This record gives sequence, C-alpha cells and structure tokens, in this order.
Amino acid sequence: MNYLRGAFKPACNISITFTDGKNRKQVPVKKDNGQMVMNPLFHSQETIAGKVCIEPYQGKKVEHNGVKVELLGQIEMYFDRGNFYDFTSLVRELDVPGEIYEKKAYPFEFPTVEMPYETYNGVNVRLRYVLKVTVTRGYAGSIVEYQDFVVRNYSPLPPINNSIKMEVGIEDCLHIEFEYNKSKYHLKDVILGKVYFLLVRIKIKNMDLEIRRRESTGAGANTHVETETLAKFELMDGAPVRGESIPVRLFLTPYDLTPTHKNINNKFSVKYYLNLVLVDEEDRRYFKQQEITLYRLKDESS
Amino acid sequence: MHRALDANNLREVLKYSALMLSELRTSKLSPQKYYDLYMRAFDQLRQLEIFLRDESRHGLPVVDLYELVQHAGNILPRMYLLCTVGSVYIKSKQAPSKDVLKDLVEMCRGVQHPIRGLFLRSYLTQVSRDKLPEIGSDYQGDANTVMDAVEFVLQNFTEINKLWVRIQHQGPGTVREKQEKERNELRDLVGKNLHVLGQIEGVHLEMYKETVLPRILEQVVNCKDDFAQYYLMECIIQVFPDEYHLQTLETLLAACTQLMPTVDTKIVLTQLMDRLSNYAVSSPDVLHEFLQVEAFAKLNNAIGKVIDTQIEMPIVGAMTLFVSLLTFALRVHPDRLDYVDQVLGACVVKLSSGPKLEDARAMKQVVALLSAPLEKYNDIVTALTLSNYPRVMDHLDDGTNKLMAMLIIQSIMKNNSCISTADKVEVLFELIKGLIKDLDGNAYRGEDFQEEQNSVARLINMLDNEEPEEMLKIICVVRKHLMTGGTRRLPFTIPPLIFSALRLVRQLESQGGDMTGEDLPATPRKIFQILNQTIEVLSSVPCPELALRLYLQCAEAASDCDLEPAAYEFFTQAFILYEEEIADSKAQVTAIHLIAGTLQRINVFGVENRDTLTPKATGGGYSARLLKKPDQCRAVYACSHLFWVDDLDGIKDGERALLCLRRALRIANAAQQMANATRGSSGSVTLFVEILNKYIYFYEKGSPHITPSDIQSLIELINTEMQSDNNGNTRTHSDPFFTSTLRYMRFQKQKGGLMGDKYELIKL
Repeated sequence: MNYLRGAFKPACNISITFTDGKNRKQVPVKKDNGQMVMNPLFHSQETIAGKVCIEPYQGKKVEHNGVKVELLGQIEMYFDRGNFYDFTSLVRELDVPGEIYEKKAYPFEFPTVEMPYETYNGVNVRLRYVLKVTVTRGYAGSIVEYQDFVVRNYSPLPPINNSIKMEVGIEDCLHIEFEYNKSKYHLKDVILGKVYFLLVRIKIKNMDLEIRRRESTGAGANTHVETETLAKFELMDGAPVRGESIPVRLFLTPYDLTPTHKNINNKFSVKYYLNLVLVDEEDRRYFKQQEITLYRLKDESS
Repeated sequence: MHRALDANNLREVLKYSALMLSELRTSKLSPQKYYDLYMRAFDQLRQLEIFLRDESRHGLPVVDLYELVQHAGNILPRMYLLCTVGSVYIKSKQAPSKDVLKDLVEMCRGVQHPIRGLFLRSYLTQVSRDKLPEIGSDYQGDANTVMDAVEFVLQNFTEINKLWVRIQHQGPGTVREKQEKERNELRDLVGKNLHVLGQIEGVHLEMYKETVLPRILEQVVNCKDDFAQYYLMECIIQVFPDEYHLQTLETLLAACTQLMPTVDTKIVLTQLMDRLSNYAVSSPDVLHEFLQVEAFAKLNNAIGKVIDTQIEMPIVGAMTLFVSLLTFALRVHPDRLDYVDQVLGACVVKLSSGPKLEDARAMKQVVALLSAPLEKYNDIVTALTLSNYPRVMDHLDDGTNKLMAMLIIQSIMKNNSCISTADKVEVLFELIKGLIKDLDGNAYRGEDFQEEQNSVARLINMLDNEEPEEMLKIICVVRKHLMTGGTRRLPFTIPPLIFSALRLVRQLESQGGDMTGEDLPATPRKIFQILNQTIEVLSSVPCPELALRLYLQCAEAASDCDLEPAAYEFFTQAFILYEEEIADSKAQVTAIHLIAGTLQRINVFGVENRDTLTPKATGGGYSARLLKKPDQCRAVYACSHLFWVDDLDGIKDGERALLCLRRALRIANAAQQMANATRGSSGSVTLFVEILNKYIYFYEKGSPHITPSDIQSLIELINTEMQSDNNGNTRTHSDPFFTSTLRYMRFQKQKGGLMGDKYELIKL
C-alpha cells in the first residue's frame, strides 16, 4: 500500500520562492475556480530571481534526469483549453541528472526579462506568466511545479491625447453633443465631460455611461469577439430639455480594468469603449460607442 | 445602515445609505408623499453627516471620501451622498467652499427628473445654507467671496426653477390641473433659494443691481411660465429689502412688462407698490430717495406699458393697477396732486379706448380709485382740482355714478368741508350730476332715491361763503344744476337752495342797508328775483304746498329787508297757489294758518297792500270758504291776529280783530247747530273755549274793543252749552281746557297788579 500510494504521490515537494518575495507587491488574481489568490507582481525588464527548493518526502530519494526552471509567457484560448501558446520561454538548467536525497535549494535568475505583454484574464483568453520547475524523471513522469506571477507594464504619458467630441442624433428626434476630456485614460483616471442636448423630442428616462470591454480572439475567419459591460454609471435621471448640459464624471478606480491590448501576438486584442446610452420611457435604447485607450501609468501607487 | 454606523464601517455605511437613497428614485409618489420620504431620508443623512464628520470613525480623509461617494452607480444616491460629503468637506475647510459648492451645483445637473431634481437641489440648498462664503462666515476667505455664494445660490436657483417649470410638461394635458396643484405644493422649494439669496450677508446694493437681480429676472422672464413668473416675482418682491427695490425699480418693472400675458401682473405690481409705499411711510428720510429715482414716473410708465402690452387683460385688471398706483402716489407723495391727476388721466384714456364699462368688478375698482383721494385728503376741495376726476366718473354706469356721488357727498359731510368758490361748486355738481339729473329714463324707486336727494339737499347746505357776491354765484350755479333735475328731484333740492339764498339775504341785511346799491351784484332784490323764478318752477312740479311755504318764507325775508314789492309779489304768488292749486281741505287749513302767521309777522306792507292781502285771508276770503265749520272757525279766529300785532309799531286794529272773533263765534254757533241737527246732540264746546281764549288774549293785550262783558257772556254761553251737553252723553275733553282757562283767570285776579285789575272787571 505504501508503495502504491507513493507511486501516485509526487515524490517530493517543490517550492518556488522569489528573492524579494516578502517585500514584493502582491496583487490578487482570480483563478479558474473563482478563488482569489495573491501573486507577486513584476514588470518588464526586471530580473526575476529566486530559489527552487526540492524536498523529497521522508525517506525517499528522487532520481531525476535533470532539474530545470522555465519562465513562460503563455496565451491560452479557452476554446482550445489546455493548449498553451508560449510567446516567451526561458530555461535555466538547475541540476544535472542525479539523485536528491534531502532538501536541496537551487537559486536561479533570469536577468532583465523581456515581458512585453501584461497578464490578462479575459472571457475567452488568458495571458499568464509562470515559472515552471520540472524535475525530469525517466520512468515515472516528470514532477512539475508552477508558480504564477503577474506582469504589469507601465506606459508613458501619451504625447497626443485629444478629447473626444462628437455630435450625434436621430433626425428630428434627438440631437446630442458629447465630449470626453481625453481619448486616453490611465486606469485611475477620471473621465470628465459633458453631454449637451441640442434637440430632445423623445421622453428620456435616464442616461448611462457604460464602459465596455471588447475582447477579440483568434484571427481571420476564426475571430471571436466577446463584449462585456464592466461599468454602468448613471449620468442623468429624468428627461432633459433642449439646451441642458449634463456633466460627466466617472472615476475609473472602482472598476476592474486593464490597459488596452492591441493584437497581442496575433492572438487577441482587448479594447475599451465608452458607451453613452439614453433610455426612453418605452425602454428603447439609443447609444453611441466611442473607443478609449486605457493605459497604465507609472506613478500609480499600485 | 445604523448597524454599520455603529460599527464604524464606512463601506457598509455608504452602501446602505445608497440603498436607502435609492428609494428616492421612485417616480410613483405624489409630491406630498415624496416629500415625506425625502424628510425621512433627510434625517438619516444628518446622522450620516455626523458620522462622516468624525474622521476617526471611518479613518478616511474627506477628500477621498468625496471621491469615494462618486463611485455609486446611480446618480440620485450618488448626488445625495455627494452633497452630504460636500458639506462635510466644506466644514473641514480642506477645500475652498466655493469650489466644492460649484462642483456640487454643477453635478446636480445630472438629475433632470423634475421632482427628484427639485428635492435634490433643495437638499443642496439646505445643507449648504450655513456654509456659504458670505461675509462674516467662517468660510469666507481670500478666494471665497460673497460673489461666489451669490453665484452658487443663483445657479442653483436657476436650475431648480427650470425643473419646477418643467413639471407641467410631464404627462398629458388632462392632468394639468393636478400638476398645477402639485407645483403649488413644491413652490416653496424654489422660493427657499431666493430666500437664502436674500439673507446672504454682504450683498450690497451694487452687487444686487449688477448681478443678482438681472440674473434672477432673466431666469424669470425666460422660463416663460405664467405660474412660475407670478410666484417668483412675488418672491423677489418679498425677499429683498425695499431699498433695493427702489434703486432697481427700472429693471424690475421692465421685467414685469416682459412677463407672459397670462401672468397676473397687477397683483405683482400691487404688492410692489404696497411695499414701497409702506417703506416710504415707515421713515420720512427715505422720501428723497423716491424723488431721486423718480419712482412714481417709473411705475407709471411701467403700468402703462403693462396695460398696453397685455391686451387681453380685463379692464378690471387695469383698474386695479391704477388703484394701486394711485394709492402709492397718495401715500408716498401726498403733496403731489399732479401725480394723482396723471393716474386718473391714464385711467380715462384706458376707459375711453374700450367700450362702456359693464364689468361690476371693474366698476368697483373705479369707485375705489375715485374714493382713494377723497379718503386721503379728507377734503373734496382737493379732489375738485383734479381735472381728470370727472372724466373718470363719466365712464361709470349710472348706478355706480350715483354711488360715487353719494360717497363724495358723504365725504363732504363727514369732514364738514366747505366749498367756497363758484368754480369748485360747478365742478362738484358736475361730479354728482348722477344724482342731480336723470341720466336715463330710470324710474325712481323707494328709499334710495329719497336718501340720495336728501344728501344732495344736505350738500347744498354745506355750500357757504362769507363773500356775498361769490355766494350768489354759487347759488346761481347750484340753481342752474338743480333746474335740470326734473320734477321728482326738485321738491328735495329746491328748499335747501331757497334757504341758503335766504341766509344770504339775511347776511346782506345784517351787513347794513347801504348795500342795496344797483351796482352791487348781490342785492337782496336780485336774489329775490331768482328765488321767485325758482319757486315758480317748483309750483309747476306740482308741489304747491311746498311752494307756498317757500313763498311765505321768502315773503317774510323780503319783509325783513324792507322790500315791500318783493314781499307783496311773493304773497301774491302764494295766494295764487292757494287758490289754484291747493284743493285738499286739510292742506288748505294748514295753508291758511301759515299765511295768517306769516302775514301777521310781516310789517313791511303799507296800508294799501295790507288791506288787499288781509281780507283775502280772513272772513271774506279763504278762511270763510273752508269746508268744515270748525276749520272755518279756527281759521277766522287765527286771522284775528292779523289785525293785532303785538309790536310797538304793529297795527292794533282791535275792531277788526273783534269782528273776526265775532264771526268765529258765529261760525262756532253754526257748527254747534249743525252738529245738533245732524247728530241730535250738540258738539263740543271746544271751539267756544278756544275763542274765549282769544278774547282773553286780546283783552290782556289791551284791545279796547274787547270788554269784560263780552268775555263774561262768552263764559256763560259756554256754561250753558256744557250743561246741555252734560245732559245727554259723555263729557268731552274740552272740559279740562275750559276749567283751566277759568283757573287762569282767577289766578290773574288773585295776583293783582295791573293785569289783576283788568280781570277784576270780569265776574266769574
């Protein structure tokens, strides 16, 4: 029995720790099962260093054909689950084939790793960075341990940041002019603007501003687009009259947003839209969607 | 929420507050119910505010808090929370209050639903009330000026008003009435803003003039809603100090003319004028300000404009305006009659432009308009100088005209004012011509007519002037007017005129006889001529008895003036009247007695004239021709006095007097016999006793023709008559009369002296 159990159990316990793991910022990440776990946060061009500890279970020895640690950047499409596409792959051999009898620690280091993409958890796609430790064994299958970490990259302030201004309407029915102060917002930004009513012939019940995320996966004919509404913010209650100007002020902080991702490795894109929705008394919706670019700004506290 | 409050859990607190406030998003409630809900939410928010103010309880700086509450997805709870936190924010003084307020008022725009918005903004007003950066408040600083406070309130007011106006556009027209009611309930929320504005310390005149008022008025005018305009104008007038109104009168009035035609501008203006005039009355120092800004002229202009522009305004409205303007003028400028006249003039123009007044209420207003100066000046004389006054009266209908005339007269009576020039009298009678002439063919009915005419009569008595010449003119004027009055009025109006004229005559007389020169216009002679003509009219009315009396009065007066021909003429007229017009026997009796009495007093007649006149009255004349014997008898013995005037130079024709008495006796006898013949018993002895008394009178007066024996025999006669009378039936009332006569004689006897001696001769 003991033997049997031992056959299904991994023969050793592998743990991965980062060098500055205690001080490094942790961010919550939602796992597949819905639980939130805290993962360390890195940026591109950082050196990722740490220690891999392999500790065989009591009285066991681990025979292996080598130990390696890999740093992987993977994209996983959910329609093709389990099939990862690695866009980054770095390997460090930690040990030559041999046997491990007792707890053994291997330091490792990936200096200034290029990690161009951010970690992303979407509806149909996931981009993750992971450290993968593999203890290769010839006969019993390799022992693998993963350690996820999060990558976030800062963008510089965009040099051009025009406001979005537009006049839209339905003839003889509704004419509005709206304006958002910028077209590019950082994640803790505030959207300011106003909606100006030029002509109102319908009975408007309320007006909302929605933030929508459009995630398109695949390429060519297989492109799959998923849109979700991340925020619904009521701008106006009741029916305005001609000439009324309604202020817009939307703090982005409370929403779970990511920067805009454009064509990540030809696999997917994430775009954000501001959707201005007017609802009339018969619950008809009139809307106008405008793309905004989100970026992560360096001097954020997070 | 309370649990979260107790637990100092900020996130939960905010979550539950937002939840609670979401209740306010309902649109199913009527304003009344919504208000209840709002009040309950309000209480809760107060607790929240207290919680938020204490940073130690939630551990978040207020700036972050201010941002945090803006994360709420629904706007209404978001805004309520924002206002609450905003007020905390200002209190904490971490940000200039003007910025926060500006932000709040701007953000509140998001709520466009009228009722919800209204309440939200009213909440904002409420929480910010004590946080405005006004002068003297903690929140005033370099960056925060009163201007900001004003700006804030103004903006909030503008928005709140827009929302309020918009209520009516909601829903179909059928519920219009209900909406009006609802709006009425909500109007306090709007007015509160203006109230706050009025209370901001440090809004000085300049600022008010330059900023506050124009902004408000712009809003008022632009909202194009009659209901709102009316209410707001009212608010403006009530909320701001009078002094400001005065200085900005022009602006204010200009706005008035721009209001919607359906707005009841007159009430607004009336209130304004009321306030201003109260202000003017409150202290005399401010009067020069009124002059300085030419308040009256401006008001006058404005009212003219309002009336011109609002063509549909009923005439009653215009009149009401005029009344208030007039009241204003009277109160503020009591010394400026020309103002009053101007108002009346404008009124005339208005009235004459339209058809004849028919609206009873308008009429009432005109009456009020006309009475106002009367009451103010307490003196009709002032009113008489107003040239437009009669022209306004022309526009009244007859009934009202009469009423007005009555008012005028009453005013004169009440104040005992004396109208003393002919011109004024002329105007006055022009005014009250409703009473004096028939304006239409209306029948004269009942007491009203009498009452009216009595008033006119009284009025005539009020006219007086020391100067005979002027007085004569007055009389002529009055007469001219009265003559137009028609037959029904003359009996009322002529007598006072006559007496007034007679008073003048007496006055002239008392001033001395040398006034009778021909060159003087006011001679008694002339007056008597006028009088003669006047009474003549009366006799044609026909009202002969009255005319007769007046003739006699005149005759007497003429006699006092030693104008024999005039007196004679009057008598002649009187006699003619008597002969031709007076048919009723009772009237005849009275007339005879009157004639006799007058004739007796008149001493101006020469022998010849007298001889012509007296017999007419006596035996051969009228007395004898009376129908009833006792009347004859009495008339005759009365006439006996004609021959015995107990004056120094009076005629003392004892013989003819005795003749009269004898005749009376004869008639009495005849009467007695007639009574016997017809009723079988002798009549009363009253006549005899009366004649006896006459005898005694003349005897006492020393008439030589009355002898004691005459009296004695008469007494015996009476005694016998009485006995025969006592035989049969009742004792009559003449008994005591006779007894007392006898007692008188005995008394005189006992008294002795000269009179006693005389009576000694009579045996009783």
